[in-house]
This record gives sequence, C-alpha cells and structure tokens, in this order.
Amino acid sequence: MKQLIATRLFQLVAVVLIVGSISFALMYFLPGDPALRIAAGRYGPDMMDNAISDMVRAELGLDQPVLFRFLAWMGDLIRFDLGHSLVSGAPVLHEIALQLGYTLWLAALAFVLALVIGPLVGAIAGLFPGSIFDRVSLLVAVALRAVPPFVLAIVFMMVFGVTLRWFPTAGFGGWSNMVLPSLTLALGLAAMSSRVMRDAMSEVAASPYFAHGRYKGLSDRTVVMRHGIRNASLPVVTYLGLQMVYLVEGVVVVESIFAFPGIGHALVHAIIARDVPMVQGTALAMGGLFVLLNIIVDLMCLRLDPRLGRRAA
Amino acid sequence: MTQSVLRNLCASAGILALTMTTGFSAPVMAAADDEVLDIASPLEISGLDPAKSGYVFSRMQAAETLFTVNRQGQLVPMLASDTHVSDDGLIWHIELRDGVEFHDGSAMTAEVVASDLKRAFDRPGVLGRAPITGISAEGNEVVITLSEPFSMLSAFLAHYSTIILAPKSFDEVGDVTAIIGTGAYRVDEVIPPLRVGMSAFENWWNGKAEIEKVSYLAVSRGETRAMMAQSGDADLVLSLLPVAVNQLNNDPSVNVEIATIPRTRLLKFDVSKPFFDDVIERQALSLAIDRKAIAAVVMRNVDLAATQMFPPSIVGWNNQQIPAFEFDPQKARDLLAEAGWVEGSDGILEKDGKRFSITLRTYASWPDLPLIATALQNQLKAVGINLEISVGSYTEIPSGHADGTLEIALITRSFSMVPDPLATVMADYGPGGADWGAMNWNNDEAADLLAALGRTTDSAVRADMQNQLTSILQYELPTIPVVWSELAVATTDKLENLFVDPFEQNYYLSDLRWVK
Repeated sequence: MKQLIATRLFQLVAVVLIVGSISFALMYFLPGDPALRIAAGRYGPDMMDNAISDMVRAELGLDQPVLFRFLAWMGDLIRFDLGHSLVSGAPVLHEIALQLGYTLWLAALAFVLALVIGPLVGAIAGLFPGSIFDRVSLLVAVALRAVPPFVLAIVFMMVFGVTLRWFPTAGFGGWSNMVLPSLTLALGLAAMSSRVMRDAMSEVAASPYFAHGRYKGLSDRTVVMRHGIRNASLPVVTYLGLQMVYLVEGVVVVESIFAFPGIGHALVHAIIARDVPMVQGTALAMGGLFVLLNIIVDLMCLRLDPRLGRRAA
Repeated sequence: MTQSVLRNLCASAGILALTMTTGFSAPVMAAADDEVLDIASPLEISGLDPAKSGYVFSRMQAAETLFTVNRQGQLVPMLASDTHVSDDGLIWHIELRDGVEFHDGSAMTAEVVASDLKRAFDRPGVLGRAPITGISAEGNEVVITLSEPFSMLSAFLAHYSTIILAPKSFDEVGDVTAIIGTGAYRVDEVIPPLRVGMSAFENWWNGKAEIEKVSYLAVSRGETRAMMAQSGDADLVLSLLPVAVNQLNNDPSVNVEIATIPRTRLLKFDVSKPFFDDVIERQALSLAIDRKAIAAVVMRNVDLAATQMFPPSIVGWNNQQIPAFEFDPQKARDLLAEAGWVEGSDGILEKDGKRFSITLRTYASWPDLPLIATALQNQLKAVGINLEISVGSYTEIPSGHADGTLEIALITRSFSMVPDPLATVMADYGPGGADWGAMNWNNDEAADLLAALGRTTDSAVRADMQNQLTSILQYELPTIPVVWSELAVATTDKLENLFVDPFEQNYYLSDLRWVK
C-alpha cells in the first residue's frame, strides 16, 4: 500500500508539472492579443480599448520573452507561489482556495448522491435481470446520459425551482442551493454506474459462490450483502474513479448555469480573459484532485478485494 | 427470490427521497419570504478596483461619485454641492456636500476626495482622458486645474471609476481591499465574482434606505435570471433577454419594466476600403437594411429599429429634424450601380475585378448580435453584397481596428458610460475614428464641432451644435446604426417604487420598498 501511495504521489508531481506546462503552452499559442483579453476581463467591453490594453501590457510585462515568463512561473511554483490573477489581482492560491471549496462541496455531494442512486438501482436491476424494473432503469439511464447536463439543469430548475419551489433555482451559500446542481451532476454519474453495477450484480448473482451461499442456508439478505454487494461493487468503484472526468466537465457547465462560484466557473472565465496564472492554478488543482481521488479509489479497491494487494506484493 | 432484499432496498430509497424532500423544503420556503432584497444581474465582480467593478457598487448605491444623472437625465451634483468654474474654464472649484460620512464612520473630506481622484486619474479609466493638470484640496473644495477648457469634466466625475472611497479601503500600495463608500448601503461581504451582501447605512446623508438587507448575485445566464424572477428567488432581476420579457409579462406575480437605453447596435467599417470609401456606398448599405424586421424578430420590439444614431431617450442628441433611415433595396441597388458596382455572374456585385465580398466580425457575449448578423447577411445578399460572418471575441474588434484587418463589424456601443454622450461621440467620431467608433473617417466639420462642444458648457449653444453633428453622422454614415436597445427589469409583486434608469447609473435601491 505504501508503494502504491508513493507511486501515486510521484504521479501527482508529474501531473502538476505537465498540466502547468501544457496549460501555459496552450494559452500562449491561442490566437489573439493577450493584453486585449486581459483588459477585457478586467474592465469589460465598454471600457476596453487598445490604449487600456497597452497599459495592461506594460504593467504585466507581456512583452517579455515567453521562455523568461515560463521559467519565472516554474521558479514560483517551486516556491509554492502560484502568482496573482491578472484580472482581479488577488493571489491565485487565495482564489483557488475559495473557489475549490465550493466545487469540492458540490462534487462531493454529487458523488455521494451518485453512489447512493446508481449502485442501488443497479443492484436491484442486476438481481432481477430482464424484469420491468431492469428495462425501465436501462431506458432512464440511457436518457439521463444522453441529455447534456445543461438541459437537465434547466429542466430541474423549471420543475423544482419555478413550479414546485422546493429548491432555489440558482445561487449559493445555503445547503438548499446545492441540491439541484449536485443532482444534475449525480444523475449523469449514476446513469452509467447503475448499468455497471447491474451487469456486475447480474454476473455475481449467477456465480457458483453466490448459489453456494444460498445452498448452505444463508438468508437472501446475508447472501446479497456479504457476497453480492461487495463483489459487484469492485468494478463500480473503479468506474466511478474514471467518472471524475465527467464530474470535472459537468462542474464547468453546471456552475455557470446555477451561478455557483466554483473552480469550473473560474476556469472558463480565466481562459476567456487569458488569465494564465489562474488557468494554470485551476488546471493544477483539478489535475491534482483527479490524482488524489484515484488514490482513494485504489485504496477502496484494495480494501474491497484484498487479493489485489497480495498480487501486487 | 430475494423479495426481502428488494423490500429493504426500496425502503431505503424511499426514506432517502423523503428525507431529501421534507428535510430540504422547509427552510427554502422560509427563505423565499425573507426581508432581504435579492438582486440577480448579469454583471460579475472582476475585482474591487473601481475601474473594474465600480459600476456594481455605484449602481447599488454602496459608493457614490461627485456627480450623477437624475431621473430626468440631467447631470446633477451628488457628493458635490456646488461648482465654480473660472472664466477661462481652466480651474474647477468643486464644493463638497457637508456632513457626508463613510461607512466606517470617517468623514468625507476634500483631502480624501482629491486623493481618490488622483488615484483614478493615474489608473485606467475615463479621468485620464481629461486634460487635467492638477487635483488638490482647498478647505471644503476640490480644485481641478485643466490645460484647456473641458465641458465634460462633471460628467467624467459621474463615471464609476471615480467613486469616492474611504482611506481604509486601500492597502499600503494603493490597491482596493474593501469597498467603504458613502452610499445608502454598506457592503458587508463580497465574494468575487458573484455575490455582494449589503445592509442599509444608518447615517446616509440622504436618509436611511427603506429596505434593510440586500443580496446581489451575478447570474450570467439569461434563462437562469428569468427563472429566478418566476420562482421568486430574486426580487429584482436586471437585463432580461427579449425572449424572457414576453414570458414574464404573462406571469401575474412578476412586474416587468422596460426603458430604452443609450446603447446602439451598429455597423462599424473601414471607410478607407473600396467597399465603403464613397458615401453613396454607405448610404446604399443603410438602405438595404430592414431595421424594423430585425427589431421585431430579434429584439422583439419593432420600436427599437434605429431611425438615427441616438434613441429618443437621449435628450439633446436625438435629432427630430433629420429624416429617418429608410429601407429601400431598389434604391440601394441604384446607388451601388452609381458607385460603379455591377452584378457578377453569381449575383454578387463587382467593381474593377473585385467582388463585394466582405467579412463581418461580431461576438456572442451579446446573444442577439450573431442573430442580427445573420439577418444582415440575408438582407445584404438581396442587393448583391456577400457577407461572411465571423463570430469571435469582442477583443477582435479593437485589434482589427488597430492592425487594419477589420472590414466590417457588428458591435454594440453604449453612449452612457460617461453620462454625457459627447464623451463617447468625441472619442468615436473624432479625426480617424476609434476602436469602437468610426474607422479611417475624417470630416473637418465634425472635428470642429466636436472640439467646440468640448469647450462649451452653454446648453443652448451645445444643442445647436449637437444637431449639426447628428445631421453629419446621419448623412455621412461613418457607422451605420441598426437597432437601439432596451433594459428590461423584472420585480416580484411584493416590491414597489421601482425606477429603471436609462443611463444605468443607479438602481435606486434606496427608494424601493416592500408592498405593505
């Protein structure tokens, strides 16, 4: 296990360097004048013009050679200094800490909801393959996965916000504000994980050890909980780790629609405004988060299936 | 088999769903009836510096400027009380209002105001464009010296980048760390880029505001803002999309107010290019545009079809004496023929072997612009002009202007950033034009009028000169106005006394009150 963690931490450092360098290069090669974009991000379309962008260029030293700016960034990174936002002027670390906090809450709630909904529906469908429940859950899962998150978000806002008035349509600050955005994200995740769980559960239910458990007199509940859920959840947990990509992608869209101040919202604005330190900072945070979550998934898999640890040893 | 398992799983799901709905719904319903004024607006807070997001804090009456625009559209003192200008127009003595207190309890003195204005002058913003040579404090007055007479100084001092903040708003290097203003509302919290929380300031010089608490949320998406109005999550929703206005008009719990604002969607083009160098070519282009159709379909209000550059709401600049723009495609074809353009084999006009095929740049940050561009593409094709549309960032307009690659662009231009349209007109239609105005257009008569207007404060003299200038713009067409704009604002029926400011300087929150 220690070796696994050490390997993953090494990967984390590699991800940080690669993601930072690639995001720097991508921002550099994007067409258009970065000074104009930054001026637009700071002062808005009605105030922004070439004179103001020249002031921004001089202030930020955007005329300096690109290699010099890249090495300066690397030097700052080694000192754990991510710099200042070129738009707001605030330290990137401070901005990310604020925004990432909201995103983590949102992502965590979505993840927990997905964990509850997906495997639960999948387990029932897997125990009764070919039943009406199985077929309906397949239909719903396909529909939820096919519908883009922004459409799902608007439907939820109309139904639960405007018509039923159960939850706020947008905004942040209270736990009730988290429900619709996290549900939007969770259902996309749950749609897929339910099918993975369904197939895994169906396979486990048909396995000799499952039948053996019942033949030796264990109750249905004990057989499912002891031999079914644990064995079937292994591919689901692995799959949910991969689904983090969907979560990151979904967060960007969902935060904008629900006026939620997360890291996805910050990243989109930073890219539009060519706020390179913010782009690098948010990309680093997202990349790092992805590695960390995968470490957790690996550890969960080890816990669920101790044979994996013995094989590695 | 496993019926009991199924029962258990279903029961778990049921309990979870019940917990979610019953547990979550109670506090939310309570929140919807609270006494906090919830505002939803598209404007995000990109930073605390006045030049960046000062408009949010000035419109919400957290911070104030020396001058402002009143409900009649007139420029009037706000934190200033009186102004005396020397005979040569070079020294302005601006007397400050007595007894004004900042939100931290400190007094607004001439020294503080002079320091704030010097800071605004040195940083990006409008004040740097004024011919200011010095700013100082004398007793209860701020004295501004100029290198030449400048009639728009008081309008510049109404711009949000010149809001007056307490000394404790700044850190040791002069960066803004808090908004401590003099307005009706004290800023309690700012969570950039989306939220501002405020509460009524007891010692506001104009009396305490009616509503105690205000919560501002930046909501960039128009659909979300409309739904917040319908659901009652927002009491005041600003900048509704045209499509949402009809929808909300049918909702009895929502009131919609609309004002025509000094913002025009217009075509900007390089007058030195062979497509636009002859005035009759520009007139033909204008005649080919069916503005009423665009206004009716895209803007959802036929009255927004531009008849001239300035809408009737801009008193002194809307010229009643000039003929309105017409839609006459046949006349457009005739004028283009007169300019030497002949129809090619594919129906597109040609002159000296060059096709009348041009690229129109526009941007999607105003959702209607790409739609208008598509309509223009069809309408101009009918007179033999091929328009390729390029939708990108709005920064491509000034960059295309600077490097000369811009052929034609569809833009939106506000004439109320400084609440005297002359400031924008002078920048945009002076010799050579400007990033957001004419391009390579030079007109000596217009240049002389602009220079004279910049020196003149006499309103009668100015009115005559403004009429001459708008006549030139109407005939010469250095840019071609297409449609005007409106500001649609929605309120819940529990709020009253709303005023929609066409100059977008003030939301007048201090006048709002709950319906008893």
